[in-house]
Amino acid sequence: MIYLLIYLIVTSLIVMIPGRKMSLILTGVTMFVLVIFSSCLAIDVLIQTQNQSFLLEVQQFISPLISCDKLSAFFILIINFTVVSGFLYSTGYLKPYLKSKPVTWIKLHYLALVWLHVSMIMVTLFRNGFYFLMVWEIMTLSSFILVIFEYDVKGTVKAGLIYLIQMHVGMLFILAAFIISSKGYERLTFDNLDFYFLNNSNWPVFLIFFIGFGLKAGFFFLHTWLPDAHPAAPSHVSGIMSGVMIKLGIYGILRVTTYLVSDLAPIGISVIILSAITGLFGVMMAILQHDIKKLLAYHSIENIGIIGLGIGLGIYGSAIGNVIVSVAGYAGALLHTLNHSLFKSLLFYSAGTVIGQVHTRDVEKMGGLIKFMPFTAWAFLIGAIAISGLPPFNGFISEFLIYISLFNGIGSGDFYPLVVFFIAMLSLVVIGGLAILCFTKVFSVMFLGQPRSEYHEKPVEAKKIMLLAKLLPVIPIVMIGFLPFIIIKPLLSLSGSVFNVAQTLPVEAMIQPMQYISIISVSLLLLITAILVVRKSVMRNRMTLAGPTWGCGYSSVDSKQQYTATSFIQEYSDLVKPVITTGHSKINYSDDEIFPGKRDFYTHSDDFVRSRLILKPSNFIVTTLKRAAIFQTGKLQHYVLYALIFLFLILALTFIGLI
Amino acid sequence: MVALILIIITSLITSGLIVRMKSIFSGRKGPGIFQPIKNTWVLLRKGIVYSLTSGSITRLAPAVIAASVLIAALMVPVAGFQPLISFNGDFVLFAYLFALSRFMMIIAAFDSGSSFEGMGASREALYGMLIEPALFVLIAGLVIFTGNYSISSIFTLPGKENYAIIFGLIISYIIGNITLIENSRVPVDDPKTHLELTMIHEVMVLDTSGFNLALIQITAYLKFAVFGSLISSTLIPATLPVFLRLILFFAVQVLFGAAIGFIESFRSRFKMNRNQQYILTVTLISMLLFVVILFTKNIF
Repeated sequence: MIYLLIYLIVTSLIVMIPGRKMSLILTGVTMFVLVIFSSCLAIDVLIQTQNQSFLLEVQQFISPLISCDKLSAFFILIINFTVVSGFLYSTGYLKPYLKSKPVTWIKLHYLALVWLHVSMIMVTLFRNGFYFLMVWEIMTLSSFILVIFEYDVKGTVKAGLIYLIQMHVGMLFILAAFIISSKGYERLTFDNLDFYFLNNSNWPVFLIFFIGFGLKAGFFFLHTWLPDAHPAAPSHVSGIMSGVMIKLGIYGILRVTTYLVSDLAPIGISVIILSAITGLFGVMMAILQHDIKKLLAYHSIENIGIIGLGIGLGIYGSAIGNVIVSVAGYAGALLHTLNHSLFKSLLFYSAGTVIGQVHTRDVEKMGGLIKFMPFTAWAFLIGAIAISGLPPFNGFISEFLIYISLFNGIGSGDFYPLVVFFIAMLSLVVIGGLAILCFTKVFSVMFLGQPRSEYHEKPVEAKKIMLLAKLLPVIPIVMIGFLPFIIIKPLLSLSGSVFNVAQTLPVEAMIQPMQYISIISVSLLLLITAILVVRKSVMRNRMTLAGPTWGCGYSSVDSKQQYTATSFIQEYSDLVKPVITTGHSKINYSDDEIFPGKRDFYTHSDDFVRSRLILKPSNFIVTTLKRAAIFQTGKLQHYVLYALIFLFLILALTFIGLI
Repeated sequence: MVALILIIITSLITSGLIVRMKSIFSGRKGPGIFQPIKNTWVLLRKGIVYSLTSGSITRLAPAVIAASVLIAALMVPVAGFQPLISFNGDFVLFAYLFALSRFMMIIAAFDSGSSFEGMGASREALYGMLIEPALFVLIAGLVIFTGNYSISSIFTLPGKENYAIIFGLIISYIIGNITLIENSRVPVDDPKTHLELTMIHEVMVLDTSGFNLALIQITAYLKFAVFGSLISSTLIPATLPVFLRLILFFAVQVLFGAAIGFIESFRSRFKMNRNQQYILTVTLISMLLFVVILFTKNIF
């Protein structure tokens, strides 16, 4: 604790020292020190066989303050990894802004980044409710500062404020849950839940916690800040926020889940159903987006849905006493948390590079970028395949674990569990299919074909350090995809030890499929290489020509005639019209316009949660309050009159004897 | 190993059979059943023309498309012969390998910057998404029915139960429909159409030629063989002697090819916007089977 405080102060000072380059390097070094230190601690906890809590006794007045169990350790590793890659990326990404933004603002940005990093680690370490809420708040504030980096762009500050307000609503819920569960105790801590859950009904407090943490994570109907905040934030911030910060909502839910003792079945079922809706809604909205960062933000919601499915299966599995369902569910959820932090940050970094070059977030204006920036394009493709849950990358492994959990549930159930598992399976399948639709769309339209609009300057490949930041997540993505059996054993012991599901862990039953998946992934790779080699050797004596794209006899094909993202999803958007309405702006021509000039045209999709649940009530409040504002005349005489009326009212009420 | 060899042999004849059936029904003399394979062989030895717009994706994709389906074929049982690789949950990998091949197909279609290929890609992505639940619901039903979790054991129905053959027929019907949709055949799409606006698969490979086109065609043949083999496993009990199983297997394959040829000869294709309903109908039939299995297992 003391070390962390010293660290914070030192780093804050370092960030503020004059000289941009020097302070940047020093910030990097100190951040690296913290990363090394906390990762060592985390790995140390993870490899211990028993689930010993790692207690650091610090000062007397705040006794067991920091405790690091395997769950915290796992999250610390995820946080460190993504923050490091985000930091590396930011050094390149922020270069163009050096001219337009004051130096202090950039330093404040890095200060916020450091504080965000530290507070995220502390969130996973604190069990004491008061301190937990404190660092939770620091996390919110520092990420708010990170989000509003481009404060001069219209809408950024508004998006930041929406985020800030919603996070505080969430914090209110967490605080409420802490207070309810700690009735009769001196302190607010997570450990009070142990006792509280034994003696009381579990689901109300869980529900309140779930709403509080779900706001951070972005579960359905709590997600509305996400699609606003991510497009507004710089790409490395989006990567860190989407990659790890929203996962701390998941951490909170998991932490509360570890204490659950009763009501497991209803809680499990509701989490599964809500997560299925979250996943479906996220991906259904994502497909309709043409703003690349908004699209990725909706995909975060989808992936939170998949993680939630895993958690729900874990809870429900313990409710019906099925070990494989439970362990595979939790393991799938944890692994998907890790995986999502990897490929989502990768996707955000790649998208950020593209945005930095073409200066637009609209995918319809991109195109052909794979020729200008091949590394970024391939990084995005790997991320896209991984996030679609396709082999041979890591997204498949976590979805596979959840499928194992589901099919074991289906194969061994009574009727009612079966229905739950069946619905979950169906939604996961549809989510997978829709994710493919979405990412084929966005990859193709962004990187393939010809440029869909004229670029002002020729796009160039990102700087080396940004490429390094992209390479960092690619390595584990490929590793987990090809060698899943390495990670599966610690993962199972993690989920078994933290969640008390272990009678005997079904390690063998899990490892065998993973070994086969590994064999298949490797042979897939070998076969692809073999085919390419054969083609090369066959082609040595043949002609390889290049010609224009087939135009059905029409020879002067223009880049405007390419298939667009909107037309790619046309049939789909007709299909989902009952759920998600899409609209477009009207174009009016006046009669005397013989040669119509340029017009603005835009299409939009309606997030009905946002419009019905957030905008409608808040607009209502605003209009009501505006009506009340007629009293606010601005004249002193009127205010004196109000005071007089008030005094008379009190006098009258006392006279009658009401007060 | 036997299973893989049988699948490869089947892939050589099925598409030829379809063409042969169509020519018989339309009263033409028609080519021999090995003509499609001969065409592919010719393509393998031809040069390649790449579009000026296309880049590395077009060069990589055909290899991935063919490889992933071939690898998926390693997990498929054939008429009671065990596949090379089999483990719990392999059907997920099987389905997702097909999805990987679809993913690459779609982005390869976009790589040439064509005004047509995206059309097919859009349909492929949507129909592929819609048909996946049918396969998974079917698998879920079979998991309950057999109590096993690998593709080789769930598609091998227990021969001793009387209704297994009836289930086998219904499963064959569902898989047959999935085959038609996965391979974009009539009634979803007509591979012999001459109009780009109405094609699905054919329009996606307009700019693919030579060796690459051959790879795509081989993938299509393999897909027929894989689904045909699944059908044969559900229909032929694994308890029969090997010789009889082999004969029955080839009989089923010939019937499967002939049935597709028959459908293509006598059925007209749907309007494009009716396809979604058709695909969802297949999913519903699959769900119906699921409910029936619940009844037979007394789970209600």
